[in-house]
Amino acid sequence: MFRFLRKHYWTFGLLLILIALLVFTRVIQPNFGTFGLEALTRAALPFAFATAAQAIVVIAGGIDLSIASMMAVSSVTAAVLMDGASEQFAFLVIPVVLLVGATMGAINGVLIVITRVPDIVVTLAMLFVWEGVALMILNSPGGGSAEWVQGMLVGSIVLGFIPEIVTQWVPKAFIVMVVFLCIVWIPLRRSNFGLSVYAIGSSDMAAFRSGVNVNRTKIAAYAICGLFAAMGGLVLTASTGIGAPIPGPYLLASVAAVVLGGVTLGGGVGGLLGPIIAVLILRLIRTDLTLMSVDPNITTIVEGTIMVVVVMAGGFMAARRKTR
Amino acid sequence: MTAVSSKSNNWLKGLRTLVRDYPIIPLIILLLGLVVALEVMRPGIINERWMANTVKFAIPLAMLAACQTLTMLTGGIDLSVGVAATVSAFVAASQLTVLGPTGAILVALVPPLLIGLVNGVGVALFRVHPLIMTLGTGLIGTGCLLVYQRTVIASGSSVPDILSWLGTGLSYGVPNSLIIFVPLAVIIIVGLRRTGFGRLLYAVGENEEAARLAGVRTWQVLITLYVISGLIAGITGLLYLGLIKAPSLSLVEPRVLPSVAAAVIGGTSIFGGRGGYSGTIVGALILTVLATMLTVMQIPEGTRRIFFGLIILGVTAIYVRLTQDR
Repeated sequence: MFRFLRKHYWTFGLLLILIALLVFTRVIQPNFGTFGLEALTRAALPFAFATAAQAIVVIAGGIDLSIASMMAVSSVTAAVLMDGASEQFAFLVIPVVLLVGATMGAINGVLIVITRVPDIVVTLAMLFVWEGVALMILNSPGGGSAEWVQGMLVGSIVLGFIPEIVTQWVPKAFIVMVVFLCIVWIPLRRSNFGLSVYAIGSSDMAAFRSGVNVNRTKIAAYAICGLFAAMGGLVLTASTGIGAPIPGPYLLASVAAVVLGGVTLGGGVGGLLGPIIAVLILRLIRTDLTLMSVDPNITTIVEGTIMVVVVMAGGFMAARRKTR
Repeated sequence: MTAVSSKSNNWLKGLRTLVRDYPIIPLIILLLGLVVALEVMRPGIINERWMANTVKFAIPLAMLAACQTLTMLTGGIDLSVGVAATVSAFVAASQLTVLGPTGAILVALVPPLLIGLVNGVGVALFRVHPLIMTLGTGLIGTGCLLVYQRTVIASGSSVPDILSWLGTGLSYGVPNSLIIFVPLAVIIIVGLRRTGFGRLLYAVGENEEAARLAGVRTWQVLITLYVISGLIAGITGLLYLGLIKAPSLSLVEPRVLPSVAAAVIGGTSIFGGRGGYSGTIVGALILTVLATMLTVMQIPEGTRRIFFGLIILGVTAIYVRLTQDR
């Protein structure tokens, strides 16, 4: 038990902070309840998927600057396909969009492998490309979304056999987040492929020598990144009802949450739980500051400061461990 | 048969050495090629006014790319330049009526220097990854800017005459901003090649641990570097203010990623230790000409961005192919 705690001290710390913040929110705003929780998770949803996307490539030793643009492409694709189509048709749209996302990610990965240009430069270039693709699909915000897709994110779950007093505390958006992330992440973490992702992140040469197909693993990691980004895009379309071709602020936020979540840039370390908790913490801080009627602009300053201070502290601790 | 292949091998090897040792030559050829293509597409477009305009818009981009080049030489990157530049433009525009032009410009350079200092301390002393550090300070800067913006809306803003003269003015058909840019470029190019500090940047970028063991105080080098980067960004912000005339939040921010692209196209390695500023200048010119070309072709915004991205990728890919030892 102790070893488990020590291994995951960062995640536990984040969890404690999250709980403390939830308590704090309840204190400053006694009305904060089911509705507040639901709004919080719904707002955090696209950020959570963007962060998951970023987390896997960072673990694999890369970085993807094109996440927000890929989300925009997925969002407009979904909005255009669902616009005016029947409710049932949307069942087909979701897998198509997910496939589009995975393809975009795979293209990023293939380009990195073929050109041997650093990840950051390739994805920087692809940021423009995907942005352009999104604009080509839909020139201005528009399109539509099926009713049931929108309904998937609103309200809390209803389960017959559990009393409502319990279920009302579990927003649907939270379930969507957990289900979609786990469907991809848990099999991945348990498989050989997941191990290879960590291996190429910590040292691609060592991984290569131990028989890991570095290129294939890298491409697959980027494809999964694209898949998560597509989920983020779908969620965007579902929550707003339209597709927006202009990428949102998800790139910076995803990098921030990944780093706060204990995934080190350079790869090989970290998981998905930490970054997701970090996303919730960052969103909750935003909510709290709004509740305390602080100028929303100061919120940006606070977020930036938290990010800088936390990574500085992390760096300081790492440096001290090394000298000791 | 073998003779032919070895001959073509020699040719390729020669090209590779050329690109590696003088990356600027193929870049200039590419730039000229783009200009010729532009002239073919729209005969008569290449004239003095067009050239002056191109240079005028390329200069601030090249200055932002200077920040990227210098930090990339040490294996870093500076993504806070956009915010640093915008802050300085805002301060200059809003303080003009209070402090007069000289005072306003001097005060305007304080926030970018501070941002640079914080970046330097984080990167050098706390060993934070430069990408994260500069993203973070950029976020903080954006927040401060949003708060400060309201005082600007309340007090109004105006552009110092000297800055609009610098930003948009022409003397004898030559953009005035060259008065700032040429000395800056000379200092950077000569400084990188001939001064101790310049060489320290390459040394730190090539192998930081080795440089430290050789007696270099790497933390001093890095702090100085990021402060310089902040200062250049601040000056660039003032130039943009003179060029665009209206301070807005998106004054410089959309130019940050292109500035990274300019440095990368110019042959500076993002992992540090290799590159130089002359290539970056040509890179900035290439990007500016490219932007004009895509506008002239009258293709929709979406396609234009796709082209832009693919060209950045293509140029770097070719560059990496040619310079990489096998």
